[in-house]
Amino acid sequence: MRPRRSLILDTTLRLVFDAALVLSVYLLFAGHNQPGGGFVGGLVAGGALGLRYLAGGLDEVRATLPGRPWHYLSAGLLVAVGMALRSLVGGGAPLDQTAYTGDLLVIGTAKLTTATIFDVGVYLIVVGLVLLIFEGLGEHPSESPVPEEHGS
Amino acid sequence: MLLALLALHAIAGLAALSGARRLGRWALVLGGLAPAVTITWAASRAGAVLDGDVITEQVSWVPGLDLSLDLRLDAFSLLMIVLVSGIGTLVFAYAWSYFGRAEKVGRVAGLLTLFAGAMLGVVLADNLLLLYVCWELTSVTSYLLIGIDDDEPEARAAALHALLVTSLGGLAMLGGFVLLGQAGGTYRISALVADPPSGTLVGVALVLVLVGAFTKSAQYPFHSWLPGAMVAPTPISAYLHSAAMVKAGVYLVALLAPAFATTGVWRPLVVGVGLTTMIAGGLRALRPFDLKQLLAFGTISQLGFLMVLLGIGLPEATAAGCTLLLAHGLFKAPLFMVVGIVDHEAHTRDLRTLPRLGTGWTTVRVAAFLSAASMAAIPPLAGFLAKEKAYDAFVGGSDGERLVLAGIVAGSVLTVAYSLRLAAAFWRPDAVAPADGPRPVLDHGPSPTFVAPALLLAGLSLLLGLFPALWSSLVDQAAAALDPEAGASLKLWHGINTALVLSGLTLALGTGLFAARGAVARAQARLAPTVTGADVYDAVVRRVLHLAALVTSVVQSGSLPIYAAVILGTAAVVPAVGLLSGAWWPGWPTLVTRAADLPIAALLVIAALAAAMAARRFVAALFLGVAGYAMTLFFVVQGAPDLALTQFAVETLSVVVFLLVLRRLPDRFERHRAPAVGVVPRLAVSAAVGVFVVAMAIAASGARTEPPVSREMTERALPEGDGKNVVNVILVDFRGLDTLGEVTVLVAAGIGVAALARAGQRPDRRPDRRSEVT
Repeated sequence: MRPRRSLILDTTLRLVFDAALVLSVYLLFAGHNQPGGGFVGGLVAGGALGLRYLAGGLDEVRATLPGRPWHYLSAGLLVAVGMALRSLVGGGAPLDQTAYTGDLLVIGTAKLTTATIFDVGVYLIVVGLVLLIFEGLGEHPSESPVPEEHGS
Repeated sequence: MLLALLALHAIAGLAALSGARRLGRWALVLGGLAPAVTITWAASRAGAVLDGDVITEQVSWVPGLDLSLDLRLDAFSLLMIVLVSGIGTLVFAYAWSYFGRAEKVGRVAGLLTLFAGAMLGVVLADNLLLLYVCWELTSVTSYLLIGIDDDEPEARAAALHALLVTSLGGLAMLGGFVLLGQAGGTYRISALVADPPSGTLVGVALVLVLVGAFTKSAQYPFHSWLPGAMVAPTPISAYLHSAAMVKAGVYLVALLAPAFATTGVWRPLVVGVGLTTMIAGGLRALRPFDLKQLLAFGTISQLGFLMVLLGIGLPEATAAGCTLLLAHGLFKAPLFMVVGIVDHEAHTRDLRTLPRLGTGWTTVRVAAFLSAASMAAIPPLAGFLAKEKAYDAFVGGSDGERLVLAGIVAGSVLTVAYSLRLAAAFWRPDAVAPADGPRPVLDHGPSPTFVAPALLLAGLSLLLGLFPALWSSLVDQAAAALDPEAGASLKLWHGINTALVLSGLTLALGTGLFAARGAVARAQARLAPTVTGADVYDAVVRRVLHLAALVTSVVQSGSLPIYAAVILGTAAVVPAVGLLSGAWWPGWPTLVTRAADLPIAALLVIAALAAAMAARRFVAALFLGVAGYAMTLFFVVQGAPDLALTQFAVETLSVVVFLLVLRRLPDRFERHRAPAVGVVPRLAVSAAVGVFVVAMAIAASGARTEPPVSREMTERALPEGDGKNVVNVILVDFRGLDTLGEVTVLVAAGIGVAALARAGQRPDRRPDRRSEVT
């Protein structure tokens, strides 16, 4: 039996979720020059997923994103470590950054620093961690939560 | 090249391990290649090295610790390579027949190769720390090899016994090395020996180093792991526990003795322990019926002998020690091999159940006879030359040296007796042990390839005994490398002198002891201590485990309030002591900077109080969230948008996570009638923490003496970090490595959380099961 879903929550979610994800990505990339960064970005994305969880439980969180939590964790760690090794190979200190400027035709010129790529790793790790917590502590909506031990 | 040889061992060993299943016994060929190449290369360089050349290589490894790969091949190392790689290669050949198509042969081959590499590292290392690393690698590989039959509890226990004893000794040795290196200003062994430091600290360091050497070379009172290690398959015993690993302690002592023998208690300690070991081990070797046990105690006895010769630090004795080092490897390894052959073919190595060996066993008997005769020091075998040299070194010395001579003669008498006992097993086992029943006759002998390695080594014992010139220069130069005054000049016939008379006496007394074996056995049964070294080890381990259980039961009470009280109390009290011991009070800082501070502070206080007083967990969690949002407001007002953003996101997620956890907990806080920590202590701890945190914040705000780094960071952020957000530039660039460490911790913590959450769900209580039932 599916539990009842809250109409208000569902509607809010539809309005907010995608915007929150876009915001999180914006924070990730804006972070280098304005408030934000990979950590906050990841947390905002995690918050959006939290809303999904409250509305539809673990199944809905799983349906939203491809892959499982540890995919995000390992991908993030790989990116972060890869960036650290990249500058080592060049003979510099770990995570010494390089900036690349590219012309994105219509949008204009954009500058990408390797530090931002490192931040992407942080972002992925935070998202993976939030997913992992849901996965570990949360339960399927089809299951009854804790038996009513103290309910009178 | 030296480094390449070490790398070859590592590569061959790992390749044999990874391909163990597919390669089968061919892994032995792959692994055996490494020691074979080593001994061939060493032979090609032998001429130069024996002329006094020293081959050195140096690669810097950890410069901050003065740890570099200093490798050094001199004549003494060359002698050790003959044992490690020369006998090692033959052991691989022997293992080919011993293991046949046994399932574990691949793993044994890989581990043996890795062990051979580690042992090669020990004898080539010219840096104390590198030597320690290789030393411990031999301990670890030895542990894995002893416990190769890991489905047998006895093998696992023996492996653990060996590892605990040798690695504890190794730790003591590391402490000694560090003291020695600090006192001498270098960790290079050749430099330390050339210019030895002195002083009380050096004396202490040397005792610690000796503890390590004694445990590794199975000296009393640390010897008991070696007999236990005999559960390992015989090729492993032949290599690790006779030719190579147990010699590491002797090797180290030999290296340091010429420089340090007169420092502190070195000489009395080494000679005392060595002689005790030689005699006690010899006595013990007269008792066991298991042939490998007999050999194990014989090895312990011989190691004691070597310890005396190489540790006393007298040139003559050092030369004798080098001779015995090689002679011992040449006779002990084949003895293990022939016992292994008997064990393999007859499926027993117990004197009481041993079959009579028939006609097919002539070659085995020849190998056993020559090796046992060399062990008993019967002329004209290599062992005889070594023992003559040893006697000669102490004849005509001071009173103390004459005492040592008496000791080694006594030990050698015992050696003759147990050598005869061992040899009897191959001719008339009835003579040394009553059979349980009629002994079967084993006519069909082992294949020639099985016997060849043992026969080769035994033949070498004879050849080197007959023609001392063959190895005189090797032993001579090895001794000279340790101590320039030492020279061996081996001769079979010295004319009639005291040493020869003593040798004759030793043989006669030893034979007499063997003839009177019945009476000796009865006397031993009556006099021998009932508590063995293994018992002591068991008792110590039991006590330690008991103590650990006791400590755990006190420290890990399982009560969350007690844990919290201890942690918070410590956090408040310990730093507070440091705080109060100085003039810390900087005066009250400006408490209110903006009008907006006051309502936010009020909100914070109210939320915190409400969280503490709430009766329901859910309510408490919500108020904690409110307190967190109030902090966010603070950050906004103070102009820290980054912090505010992060705090806001963290608070939001925290509330969600709290909700998840709280679903598994009872709705209300329980009220215990008899709480583990009473109300008063709880209030006291809380108050202490609160007061301390406020005091610390005030002290910290007034403690600045240097200009803040933030200014420099701010200036460097855009030009060097390519970013205008200083916080972010610090996180991902200036302090990027810290961030990398933190996210790694984050991942580990996440895995821990997931594992903990899963552990709570017992399979029988999983909700999905239950939902299926209902």
